[in-house]
Amino acid sequence: MKALNLFTQHLPTFLKALAITTYVTVISLIFATLIGIVFGLFKISKKKPLVLAANFYLSIIRGTPLLVQTLFIYFGLPMALGFRWPWATFYWRSQPILAAIVIMSLNAGAYMTELVRGGIESVDPGQMEAARSLGMSYGQAMVQVVMPQALRTMLPSIVNQFIVTLKDTSLLSMIGLRELVQNAKIIVANNMEALTMYAIVGLFYWVIVTLLSSAASNLERRTTYGK
Amino acid sequence: MASKIIVKNLKKAFGPLEVIKDMSLEVEDREVVVVIGPSGSGKSTFLRCLNRLESIDGGTVIIDGFDLTDKSVDINKVRRNIGMVFQHFNLFPHKTALGNVMLAPITLGILSKTQATERGLEMLRKVGLSDKANVYPAQLSGGQKQRVAIARSLALNPDVMLFDEPTSALDPEMVSEVLAVMKELANGGMTMVVVTHEMGFAREVGDRVIFMDGGYIVEEGSPEELIRNPKEPRTIDFLRKVL
Ligand SMILES: Nc1ncnc2c1ncn2[C@@H]1O[C@H](COP(=O)(O)OP(=O)(O)OP(=O)(O)O)[C@@H](O)[C@H]1O
Ligand SMILES: [Mg+2]
Repeated sequence: MKALNLFTQHLPTFLKALAITTYVTVISLIFATLIGIVFGLFKISKKKPLVLAANFYLSIIRGTPLLVQTLFIYFGLPMALGFRWPWATFYWRSQPILAAIVIMSLNAGAYMTELVRGGIESVDPGQMEAARSLGMSYGQAMVQVVMPQALRTMLPSIVNQFIVTLKDTSLLSMIGLRELVQNAKIIVANNMEALTMYAIVGLFYWVIVTLLSSAASNLERRTTYGK
Repeated sequence: MASKIIVKNLKKAFGPLEVIKDMSLEVEDREVVVVIGPSGSGKSTFLRCLNRLESIDGGTVIIDGFDLTDKSVDINKVRRNIGMVFQHFNLFPHKTALGNVMLAPITLGILSKTQATERGLEMLRKVGLSDKANVYPAQLSGGQKQRVAIARSLALNPDVMLFDEPTSALDPEMVSEVLAVMKELANGGMTMVVVTHEMGFAREVGDRVIFMDGGYIVEEGSPEELIRNPKEPRTIDFLRKVL
């Protein structure tokens, strides 16, 4: 079994690449959630400038391909602002991790913004009214009453966004991040085993995505409190 | 004795729809005022103006000496003193019964967690639901939910309670348990404004009944005289339908 041999031979680098893929996805999703909460609140606010700022951000991210965003942020911004993306940040040596996280956070942040807005709007307005009538401020009511309910209904969609972002990190091979695809590319350059190597990459994605999808549908089933 | 609630020439419109055209009303300390009127006549809107859940377009509303139309008044502080009970309970589904009652005192920094637990349990006892402290709203009956909602308002020790059709969403057999709690509150000296179609409650507990229609108070009086001997044709017409 040649394929199996190739698989075991390259398993250590693939596991490291998988770790990088997962790391970038998880950290980016955390930032994206924070971005989503901030811009989601902007979007539903009554202050025009905040709404405009949110709409501007959303339209840029959703109106352009992730590949263009990646090239722009990684190659374009440093030229304009005169800096270089560090290659030894966070936990990983010699990887453009910071750039990767910035790119994926900004991208997923836009989609999370829509999820947060939808989540907040799905909460019965009577919840906000009850909290306000008890003397809570808008912010207190948001944090204590509306957001916990919104996040809970959003949970399955957040897992879906996680899946999308996980797959999207494959584009980061463009900037040399040694995630799954880049790892395969490097190996293929040496051994020319494109079919087997990319099949292995696909298998890795497929296993994780399948696991996460079933987690998401599990979450969807448990939506009532105290049940 | 100064009035608890003073409403003068209140106006409220939603866009072109003038829901409240000109309403004035004073509610004395410890008084129970029952508000009746046809559907869409603005009863809920009126009540919601009393704690400024709806913005006020004209006139003044003074609660406990605080002018709600005065921009410098901290509305959040005033609202602590005004409990509100909604037709659909609006309990927080992610909190237990006790959690619902404790949330505001803790969030507002009025009570410590231990004090709030004690107070919460006391309020639940008051509405007869001590045994449901750790149960989520999804597992309570309608009547129990509404009693928890009342306990939640009472936790802040308000001077005034507003009720917006508190029993209209309940199955008939659960109406009386909620009315009993409200009656006890009234007997305890709570100042209350109650929108309801429960004429029995109005008669027994109300000090005054006002009939609203078309953006005005059409008629007001003691429950006996207004319900037995209404004078205005519109009141007569309405009462004939609900009684
Ligand atoms: N937020 C709002 N925006 C626009 N119109 C509203 C709003 N709230 C209420 N209205 C309208 O104002 C009128 C009065 O509504 P309100 O809910 O105060 O009536 P109500 O007397 O409480 O009726 P019901 O007995 O059905 O509860 C209705 O025509 C309603 O459609
Ligand atoms: Mg109403």
